[in-house]
Amino acid sequence: MPAFTPPPLPSSDNRWKIVNGTMRKNGFARHALIETLHTVQSAFGYLDDDSIRFVARSLRVPLSQAYGVVTFYHYFSLKPPGKHTATICAGTACYIKGSDKLVAAAEKRLGITRGQTTKDGQISLMTARCVGACSRAPVVLCDGEVVGEVTAEQVLEQLERWAVE
Amino acid sequence: MTIEELEQVAKSVCQENEKYDFEVNVCMDLACMSQGADRLREALEKAAGASDKHVLVRRTGCMGPCSSGPLVRVDPEETLYHHVNAGHAEAIVASLGGAPVPELQCDLNDHFDRQVRVVLENAGHIDPEKIDDYIARDGYKALLTALTEMTPSGVIHRITESGLRGRGGGGYPTGLKWGTVAKAGGELKYVVCNGDEGDPGAFMDRSVMEGDPHRVIEGMAIAAYAVGASKGFIYVRAEYPVAVSRLTTALRDTRRRGLLGSGICNTPFNFDVEIRLGAGAFVCGEETALLASIEGRRGAPKPRPPYPAVSGLWGKPTLINNVETFANIAPIVRNGGKWFANMGSERSKGTKVFALTGKIANTGLVEVPMGIKLREIIEVIGGGVPDGHTFKAVQTGGPSGGCIPAEMLDLGVSYDALMAVGSIMGSGGMIVMDDTSCMVNVARFFVEFCMTESCGKCIPCRAGTAQMFTLLSRICEGSGTMEDLDLLVSLCNTIKETSLCGLGMTAPNPVLSTLKYFKNEYIEHIVHKRCPAGVCNMEAHASEVSKEVLA
Amino acid sequence: MSESMGVKTLIIDGQEVSARSGQTILEVARENDIKIPTLCHIEGLGAVGACRLCLVEVKGTSKLFPSCVANIHEGMEVLTDTERLRKHRRVILELLFAERNHICSVCVSNGHCELQALAQEQGVTHISLPYRNPALAVDASHERFTVDHNRCILCTRCVRVCAEIEGAHVWDVMGRGIDSIVITDLHDEWGASSCTRCGKCVQVCPTGALFDKSKIGSDHPKYPDFLPYLNLMREAQ
Repeated sequence: MPAFTPPPLPSSDNRWKIVNGTMRKNGFARHALIETLHTVQSAFGYLDDDSIRFVARSLRVPLSQAYGVVTFYHYFSLKPPGKHTATICAGTACYIKGSDKLVAAAEKRLGITRGQTTKDGQISLMTARCVGACSRAPVVLCDGEVVGEVTAEQVLEQLERWAVE
Repeated sequence: MTIEELEQVAKSVCQENEKYDFEVNVCMDLACMSQGADRLREALEKAAGASDKHVLVRRTGCMGPCSSGPLVRVDPEETLYHHVNAGHAEAIVASLGGAPVPELQCDLNDHFDRQVRVVLENAGHIDPEKIDDYIARDGYKALLTALTEMTPSGVIHRITESGLRGRGGGGYPTGLKWGTVAKAGGELKYVVCNGDEGDPGAFMDRSVMEGDPHRVIEGMAIAAYAVGASKGFIYVRAEYPVAVSRLTTALRDTRRRGLLGSGICNTPFNFDVEIRLGAGAFVCGEETALLASIEGRRGAPKPRPPYPAVSGLWGKPTLINNVETFANIAPIVRNGGKWFANMGSERSKGTKVFALTGKIANTGLVEVPMGIKLREIIEVIGGGVPDGHTFKAVQTGGPSGGCIPAEMLDLGVSYDALMAVGSIMGSGGMIVMDDTSCMVNVARFFVEFCMTESCGKCIPCRAGTAQMFTLLSRICEGSGTMEDLDLLVSLCNTIKETSLCGLGMTAPNPVLSTLKYFKNEYIEHIVHKRCPAGVCNMEAHASEVSKEVLA
Repeated sequence: MSESMGVKTLIIDGQEVSARSGQTILEVARENDIKIPTLCHIEGLGAVGACRLCLVEVKGTSKLFPSCVANIHEGMEVLTDTERLRKHRRVILELLFAERNHICSVCVSNGHCELQALAQEQGVTHISLPYRNPALAVDASHERFTVDHNRCILCTRCVRVCAEIEGAHVWDVMGRGIDSIVITDLHDEWGASSCTRCGKCVQVCPTGALFDKSKIGSDHPKYPDFLPYLNLMREAQ
């Protein structure tokens, strides 16, 4: 059997070299699939068919299996994120302290539902399964930064600032 | 590194610390950080630099009462300051050596006095990114003692003697698990640390990994020596980036010190650890699903047996313990099994860390001896329910657990006692609910959680949780019937008995426990179309019916 | 099973039977003409223990065991047809019928469907659970076969036969929980996928989810019996 040669990088974009680095570090072993997908997502912001195909071919993972993994884990996104992201924690402590009202207020203001991005690509509205800052509930991650004891007004103010940028 | 070298490091850290007259410890855990702890630390460093006093400003892990953050503790006086911001830095530094700053002083004696700190003994005392800080507080002494003075079976014996049970929720005796892996044949074995803290409302493991990462690594290394493993994995949620970065730093420093790698402490023992990131799947807390995820696959559980102890990662014998379990190992090896067994209740030994959250005055992390009454945790340590509301229930065990009503608050916390009342110990989330929480709505919340987190492999969990959610939604919206309630109970029974893994088997718990203790709330919703807590919107009912007709 | 051929004795439904060490409860039951209902299990493919219909009781424990993967041991007493098991089996079958759009009268597999047969056998006469009525697609892009997700019960036989026997692994499951569906490649149309057109998945599908286009409107029996034969031939090589 001829030795396996990984496929060429999809483009000259340097980020593919980082992706390839993760796979090389793991000896192009199949078990590096999730690690590599993490690298792709942190480099490109999301995963698309081309990147999944490249990773699957490189690691010799069947395409359907790779797609099954990508869609199993909610951390992976198949769509590019907005310029800004508001992630409202929907963990138990936050729920008990009214995080569902924050979500409803944000959905109404942006005209989208959780998991979506506004048409202008400015704001993504996400919910999280507990970020572990329960003692400050309800919690919102504004572009990754934890803001605790948030009110609906504060969420709307933040969205307003992002929307007019 | 040898024990002598270790002691040398500890000594030099102490000598270094003695150069300072005061230590100002700043809690840099997530909750305090979200209230400006990093700016506070910078301001304190600036103020300390400008002052002629010898002051060491140190960042530490979680000090506990997060609702009082940002927190600062001044040593050697052990003065605790709460709600500190950068503007207070100069006043704090100026007060050193004199009277404390009165308006910042925090009186939480009741909160701290009832706690016993084993797992959290270093939290608030060391810089989590400095291995020498850990070594100065007896860090890695247990590992080196085990390697040089104890046999692997001696280590297992000590763990068995301690009575330690798995802190991930199941409560399986740790010594027994280690013994099974040790007995399993084969050259290659693995040790896996389950840091996939998925229970919403729980953050004990995050705080331990962020505040004292070396403690977890030391526990894993001792376990590896005991069971004969040479390779370890820490599986951490991707939602915990700080924990990942602290663990990465800790692993690098441990390798540099020769405490991981080959020939540790001039013995034939080899061990190294890799970090694996989760990707947002609660079911990966289940051990067979976690292993599938480490292998790069969908996190779908497999029927057991075979247990991972016999056939785990890539079919090799694998020991899986939770973060808090590993965090208990070093003190047990150092102090002996009997020391640990002296704490706690008859069948639940030692201490347990709980994340106390919800409608309670002092939210945060607490560590209490097993057997302590729930009332003491909630009313004394937690300071009770604030804002004039009344206590309704405490939820333990996350989506797999149950709600415990006020009349059961004198229950002593142990694996068996919680199980007997329809909840579980779980990993340690403890969420307090008051009269503004609707128990039907809470049950629906947990069932929705289980529905979206179900892997979909087995039918009872996949389709059953979805049906439970539909039935509960009907009740919450005012269109539920008493027949729906019977259907719900029958479903719960089948899902509990027939599901493939723990997620499905325990998914009905929040429903069953609220039905047991708060059935009147269900009846109110169904018969009188009324939500006693005023949470559920019953008016939606009319429009829902018309939609159903159209569909 | 060559490593240990030790003979074990056990009791299934009051009947004393002998078995070889390493056998599953299901294997031994079938050798002795004791019927245990199964759906995801099929002889010749790796067992996954997912459908939970083959759960049995074992005396001495309240836990139920999936007989397709649980091994026998000496002296065990197995019960395969108690009221408790029958109730669970009916609920599980009801869950399947309510999960997607299973309308037997207009299904290509009517009369040849394992789900339908099991429901009749287990006495499922009506569905008391709310129907979920999900909007699911039919993909007829393949030149020979069609996949109708409305009839799929996610048993993963197609995934396993494609990966384990054909060696192509074109099928897999995407999403999770109630939103799971079987896919080919990157959720591509079946006709545009790397499918080898062998048709094994169609033959092992227990319902009308995968079917042969040429048989629409006519009797559509399936023939999964090739699996044990293929395995036997491979072992001999």
